[in-house]
Amino acid sequence: MSVATKARKLGLKQRYALMTRGLGWETTYQPMDTVFPYDTYEGIKIHDWDAWEDPFRLTMDAYWKYQSEKERKLYAVIDSFAQNNGHLGITDARYVNAIKLFLTGVSPLEYQAHRGFAHAGRHFRGVGPRIACQMQSIDELRHAQTQVHAMSHYNKYFDGFHDKTHMHDRVWYLSVPKSFFDDAMTAGPFEFLTAISFSFEYVLTNLLFVPFMSGAAYNGDMATVTFGFSAQSDEARHMTLGLEVIKFMLEQDEGNTPIVQRWMDKWFWRGYRLLALVAMMMDYMLPKRIMSWQEAWEMYFEEAGGALFEDLSRYGIRPPKYHEVAAKEKDRISHEAWGIFYNYTHAAAFHTWLPNEDEMAWLSAKYPKTFDKIYRPRYEQWAKMKAEGKRFYNNTLPQLCTTCQIPMGFTEPDDPTTICFRSSEYRGERYHFCSDGCKDIFDYEPEKYIQSWLPVHQIYQGNCGGAELGQVLDWYHINQGADNLDYDGSPDQQLWDKWMSDRKKAAS
Amino acid sequence: MSLDIKTSVVESRRQTYANVARRQGADRPASRYDEATYDMQPTVNFHYRPTWDPGYLLYDPSRTAIRMDDWYALRDPRQLYYATYTIARARMMEAEEKNFDFVQKRGLLESVDDAWVDKLRRYMLPLRHYEWGANMNNTAITDLGYGTAITQAASFAAMDRLGIAQILSRVGLLIDGNSGDTLKGAKEAWLNDEMWQGVRKMVEDSFVLRDWFELFVAQNFAMDGVVYPLIYDHCDAQEARHGGGALSMLNEFMIDWFADHCRWVDAVLKVAAAESAENRELISGWASAWAGRAMQAFRPIAAFALEAGAEDAMAAIQAALKKRANSIGLEI
Repeated sequence: MSVATKARKLGLKQRYALMTRGLGWETTYQPMDTVFPYDTYEGIKIHDWDAWEDPFRLTMDAYWKYQSEKERKLYAVIDSFAQNNGHLGITDARYVNAIKLFLTGVSPLEYQAHRGFAHAGRHFRGVGPRIACQMQSIDELRHAQTQVHAMSHYNKYFDGFHDKTHMHDRVWYLSVPKSFFDDAMTAGPFEFLTAISFSFEYVLTNLLFVPFMSGAAYNGDMATVTFGFSAQSDEARHMTLGLEVIKFMLEQDEGNTPIVQRWMDKWFWRGYRLLALVAMMMDYMLPKRIMSWQEAWEMYFEEAGGALFEDLSRYGIRPPKYHEVAAKEKDRISHEAWGIFYNYTHAAAFHTWLPNEDEMAWLSAKYPKTFDKIYRPRYEQWAKMKAEGKRFYNNTLPQLCTTCQIPMGFTEPDDPTTICFRSSEYRGERYHFCSDGCKDIFDYEPEKYIQSWLPVHQIYQGNCGGAELGQVLDWYHINQGADNLDYDGSPDQQLWDKWMSDRKKAAS
Repeated sequence: MSLDIKTSVVESRRQTYANVARRQGADRPASRYDEATYDMQPTVNFHYRPTWDPGYLLYDPSRTAIRMDDWYALRDPRQLYYATYTIARARMMEAEEKNFDFVQKRGLLESVDDAWVDKLRRYMLPLRHYEWGANMNNTAITDLGYGTAITQAASFAAMDRLGIAQILSRVGLLIDGNSGDTLKGAKEAWLNDEMWQGVRKMVEDSFVLRDWFELFVAQNFAMDGVVYPLIYDHCDAQEARHGGGALSMLNEFMIDWFADHCRWVDAVLKVAAAESAENRELISGWASAWAGRAMQAFRPIAAFALEAGAEDAMAAIQAALKKRANSIGLEI
């Protein structure tokens, strides 16, 4: 045999298949089930791993080329943002608190996704899904690192950015995103992909990523918005993986349907609860608002998600359980969440404030049924107390939902004036929940959720630096009097005002 | 003469993140590698045990017998984070593409001795499966390893190995005119050819190692430390004698890559071994055992490709690996 003199033309699909799909083999010196011990215990049955469709057919040569070009452009913008004091171009320093929440709450999740996809990228026995997961794994590392680099400049000028992983591992409200991702990563690889690739990336990403990035664009934060644009093409790939994994499981075996449905129910609710933080960011933390949480929910979940679940109905999949509860809550969760943070602003690593008159008018217009009736009077009362020198703080620790770990501040689906409490007994202990959705998740896997590292319980057990609030905040690495408390009077606000007045002087 | 553009100065309040400042001992400007690497991985207060392995925490330093006071001491001397990694590899790949173009346009493969091409199909192309195994192993290290310093570099190594498997596939496609016959043959050899079974068994055994640091030593130091010099150095030199200079050009990516890879692997092992006598002993033990196995497993490949020259080549490889081990404080 010798070298062929004529080369056959290869299509992208054939080329990809030849270069990639044949790489794996059936092991014989070690049993396949020992080499791949984790892809069966969840009960998902796969009869033909080769039926996996690779939507992108990206080989490494192309991956390196595209991604390096994107990185060059992104870092050029980040450098120029820093060189030109880009932070002075934002609408108002209150905005910065939204990205403090992003860096401490979301960027660590990007890192977790990097590791979680590495786990899935090692443990599926099919080559196609494994490579898709591996590429997503390093994409997620990219997102975590570019966020750290983009926000490094803000850290130099504002408080609250300085210790993200330390805080993510400890601070009370950050246990909400942390427990969400720990939950996904400690599940099997198929549930992990359903949770993150499908429920999170495919169904809910327009409600997480897009509001932060659009918020950045609206508020003059060019570093963050450039990162957002640059990550968009990665996200498109990730969303496609999310849909592919669902279809793959559903098409492989009918017995997979009820398992997948239960995961969709669980991860819809888990993701939706996490988005309460985004809801309050959209409605309260952006000086220049994009749209209300309710509008976003209607557009991205009710309309887009509705069409998706209609499409999946041919597999016997129905919309996730309790989506109707989310619809009932859409004109209140942002207000309820902001209220919680206003109560506990002394224990948070970002600032809160009361909405001003213009902002209240906007909220009234966006939430005509609830705002003036329920929330405006509350803010007016708090404003009055503050004017009298009696700024309201909640000085006791809140009860947390065992599942989502948010303080129990959400209300009954059919009554926005009554706090919703649910509970379950397990092995002689009582566990508390904010909703039927969170209670169901616990009841299905109590052995998992009784392990929850609940920040309030941990403080009471003496595991968080001490019994005094100040000791706990030190343990959190929250710089007291700088990172926490109201925006008004904070070092951030004082410096911002000084920078702005210096600018005016320079211009005149 | 210098130009002096006037800008308004805004005093910064800090130079870097607090976690980086603590490690530097001072708040001074930090590199992008440091900011993107230090303390990225969560370390405490995990909520649930993995359902897939409840004996361990989600991130658990006890998944290896190696003990480090600070896992971030295992720095990557190349200081690769995602941006610098993709930019570095895109550059290498650009050069490799030019080589492929050059070889293809001039039909250079046709000048290689037919017998040597046949040989190459058997000794080189099955390595695409070896590389895929290396991809799996480095992905396993990314999965179970501790501390971003080593796990991020392992994730880059994993993607490198997929890239190399694909380059080897392209060499095959160049030979068979895109029919894919060479790749089918290579897989058949990997699965059934007697000469490859020692290597395949070794690779499959590495898949089930429980200690990820042992896996790091086995794959990245021992197995690679034998096969890369064998194929891309000794066989490459033989190739030239059979009109295979063109093939040698296609090996450029792997040759450059291995030099880069060794910088990382050696730096990691040197620091880990210097940490304690226990670490040094463990790593030396693993390195000896796996290097011995790799020598044994690749011997038939060397004999096939190098014939009479095989013994000398393997002896040289063994001596070089021993020297490399000694230079980083290991005994093998």
